[in-house]
Amino acid sequence: MSAVETTAPAAGAERARGFRNRWYRTPSFVAGLAIIGTLVVLGLLAPTIAPYNPIEQDLKSILKPPSQEHWLGTDQVGRDVLSRLIYAIRVDLKIGLLAVLFPFCIGTFLGCLAGYYGRWLDTVVMRLVDVVVAFPFLVLIIALVFVIGPGPRGIYIAITMVGWVSYARIVRGEILVAKRQEYVLAAQAAGFSDARIIARHILPNVITQAVVFAMSDIVLVIVAIVTLGYLGLGVQPPTADWGSMMAQGQDFITTRWEISTIPGLAVVLTGLGLSLIGDGLADLLRPE
Amino acid sequence: MAEALLQASGLHMHFPVGGSLFDRLGGREREVLRAVDGVDLEIRRGEALGLVGESGCGKSTLGRCIVGLYRPTAGEVRFEGELLPEKRGRAQRRRMQMVFQDPYSSLNPRMTVRQTLEELLRVHEIVSRSKVEERCRELLALVGLGNQFLDAYPRQFSGGQRQRVSIARALALEPDLLVADEPVSALDVSVQATVLRLLEELRQELGLTLLLIAHNMAVVRHVCDCVAVMYLGRIVETAPTEKLFSDPRHPYTQGLLRAVPRIVPGRTSATRGVAGDPPSPIRVPGGCRFHPRCSLAQEVCHEEDPNLETGPRVSEHAAACHFAWTETPKAHTPEVENPEGGT
Amino acid sequence: MRDNVLEVRDLRVEIPLPHSTVRAVNGASFTVSRGEALGLVGESGCGKSMTLRAILGLLPSPARIVGGEILFDGRDLTRVSPGELRDVRGRRISMIFQEPMTALNPVMRVGEQIAEAPRIHLGYDRQSAHERAIELLRLVGIPDPERRAGAYPHEFSGGMRQRVMIAIALSCEPDLILCDEPTTALDVTIQDQILKLLLDLREELGVSVVFVTHDLAVVAETCRSLAVMYAGQILETGEVRQVFREPRHPYTLGLMRAVPDFELVQSSLDSIPGTPPDLASLPPGCPFHPRCSFVEDDCVSGEFPLLPLADGRATACVHHDTCARAAREDPVVVDRESGG
Repeated sequence: MSAVETTAPAAGAERARGFRNRWYRTPSFVAGLAIIGTLVVLGLLAPTIAPYNPIEQDLKSILKPPSQEHWLGTDQVGRDVLSRLIYAIRVDLKIGLLAVLFPFCIGTFLGCLAGYYGRWLDTVVMRLVDVVVAFPFLVLIIALVFVIGPGPRGIYIAITMVGWVSYARIVRGEILVAKRQEYVLAAQAAGFSDARIIARHILPNVITQAVVFAMSDIVLVIVAIVTLGYLGLGVQPPTADWGSMMAQGQDFITTRWEISTIPGLAVVLTGLGLSLIGDGLADLLRPE
Repeated sequence: MAEALLQASGLHMHFPVGGSLFDRLGGREREVLRAVDGVDLEIRRGEALGLVGESGCGKSTLGRCIVGLYRPTAGEVRFEGELLPEKRGRAQRRRMQMVFQDPYSSLNPRMTVRQTLEELLRVHEIVSRSKVEERCRELLALVGLGNQFLDAYPRQFSGGQRQRVSIARALALEPDLLVADEPVSALDVSVQATVLRLLEELRQELGLTLLLIAHNMAVVRHVCDCVAVMYLGRIVETAPTEKLFSDPRHPYTQGLLRAVPRIVPGRTSATRGVAGDPPSPIRVPGGCRFHPRCSLAQEVCHEEDPNLETGPRVSEHAAACHFAWTETPKAHTPEVENPEGGT
Repeated sequence: MRDNVLEVRDLRVEIPLPHSTVRAVNGASFTVSRGEALGLVGESGCGKSMTLRAILGLLPSPARIVGGEILFDGRDLTRVSPGELRDVRGRRISMIFQEPMTALNPVMRVGEQIAEAPRIHLGYDRQSAHERAIELLRLVGIPDPERRAGAYPHEFSGGMRQRVMIAIALSCEPDLILCDEPTTALDVTIQDQILKLLLDLREELGVSVVFVTHDLAVVAETCRSLAVMYAGQILETGEVRQVFREPRHPYTLGLMRAVPDFELVQSSLDSIPGTPPDLASLPPGCPFHPRCSFVEDDCVSGEFPLLPLADGRATACVHHDTCARAAREDPVVVDRESGG
């Protein structure tokens, strides 16, 4: 009997010790997490930390400049800009997240089917993708929301109907490559069901690309929501969201520039945070 | 004589090549890649059969057809006499397992060794839940790896260690037949021996039947009891190992053996193996498929495709050549001498 | 004193990485005599490819030469100007690569690729260069060369492409050809053809060759001398027949015992225990000592340069006598000529 190998498997560099041990050492990931984390905490604590009710109007103090009582001033119907800003975090982040989650799930599912089974299933899904992709993203979304009706429900439906294609393409492409890997063949030879092979063996190796894309997709989606809000098709008044704040504040840009600009900066900051997380994840999720 | 464990008859595996939807609509025939083009093969229980050939000969495809990873275009595979259906059940798949060539893609990079083995044991219910852990350790011990490998990821192993884990994985299902597709080709030379020895030991200890697919003749000579030589989708010669190497009867086999480099070179630069380039399995030559490269080709070779036939007194040795058993020794000079024992 | 076309002395190549420095070549020394074929043998990762690249100054960044000399034609190639090095490349020293699929330019006709070097280095005009290309195609055994010169690489098979590469390498009548595993990716019968071609060409043209491979049998058939490389160092050099008959380094002996040879039918194969060292953190002393069955106390520290022996051989093992004795007692190779 050949000698049992007692030498431990090579530890390799730090990379070998996986996500759990490495994440705090990746600067982009940590920075992104810090930004988004702060925003999330602020959003969660909104009722406690926001000085005023975001929809309460005070027509006696409209368009007041920043002061002790109103750190960012008031808008045209006397609402505290700071409170609206903080409450808007909840709205925008939540919608952003959900509006990415649905396309992610549907797109991944369809991409799996198309990639793994191929042939007619692949053709059908890909032609569908071609149709959607033929239209400019924002234009299609705006048109759909217009038809379905403004507000969060319309946003979710429209973005899902349009956004799934990117995930489907990414996942399908990855699966086409992954299914030729020999460990997949081994699983087939072992008589595992297709569902198990796809879910347990292929997907974990393939999903990272989709996840990283999802990070930048959230940014895109937030921009879409902001655009919709700007056009009056997004979140409806009096609910505070960055898009509608920017839209409503543009009339007063010369006197009270904070009303439009600060929410805009908030969007930029969120985008930055998500991009950093995406970069960091791309680095961390690579298996080697 | 041991009974046949596996029999393949009339196996064909054709892959359509290229051609768009429009070509087909326009009535143009799609080209076909004949990876396996009419193979009859028998593997007896307990033996080690080597399947050799160069790239494009179809040996990997044949191996995968046998294991059930591909559905053959035609032909049948019988295991212990029973015909295997196109879509095999789990219990049927258990009886034969495969070890793959590339140590870097044959293990799921996101699963630890333990997870890989446990999944197999659980899904097939090989042992009771309480015994799973123990069985995992046993499997690793069988391939000469210690317990510390259980919770490690493949990226932490060397190529040789990964191959051993692959073998452990294949053995987890307790198969009767192990198909090893070039198991050592991607490994460093000094490590190949470990894996080869392991395969030999496992054969003896577990009574495993082995189908070794390889392009390295030296490896086959060391490990296998008998050999089948493949060329362009067909088996052109089969014989017990030493018989094949001392008295090859098919011109391709002869050329192949002459072409192998040796540490003690007996060749001069005048000796040559096989001329020309291997033709494409998409355009298979008519008649004997080897005739364009054969220095002995005659009229009949252009027209008739020879069958695999045994010699007059040798039931174990068969070759697919019109002149395998007829010509004088001059045309079939054995180039390989019998190995001398010791000094 | 034989005329040496190439002399590599104590070559050192390092690859600086963010967290470590990989010492890819760690003091390699060997010589190539004029008209001779030297086999540079070793397993993957031992530094043999890096050595070839270093000779031509083609190291992939961030790798760089940090020590040693490469003496060619009286000049040290590690110290010449980039312009001079470019003159040498392709003209005096040429290289053949492993993957014929990727080493040829897919969008350039084969004839043009062969003609390129003579036009640049030798000043041939278009017409003469084209004729030279056809002549070379004929030389390397490609049928119908006039027509084939106008074909693209993808129209050729693997073996044919390798012949084209050889034609390119020969185009300026170099003194030295470096071959980096030229037949590893080829089928056995095609490898046989290419090796035979190389042997014939060497006889006809008298060009010197450095043949990098991991295959001992290939070295036995094509080279007269060999250098065995491990962990960036040359451990043994000498004439092929002598070394195989009586290896004087435990690694060489181990390799011979581990590799299944077609004809020798070793009774049992013994792999070399352990794994090659991490080139970023080499063990002290002899690089092979952790895996060596003849290891002694004095092997674990100090430097182990090549010690010259009789008959032009050299070894880096201070216990080479023990090793040779073990080799004699249980020989891998029986010399047929001397009757064993």
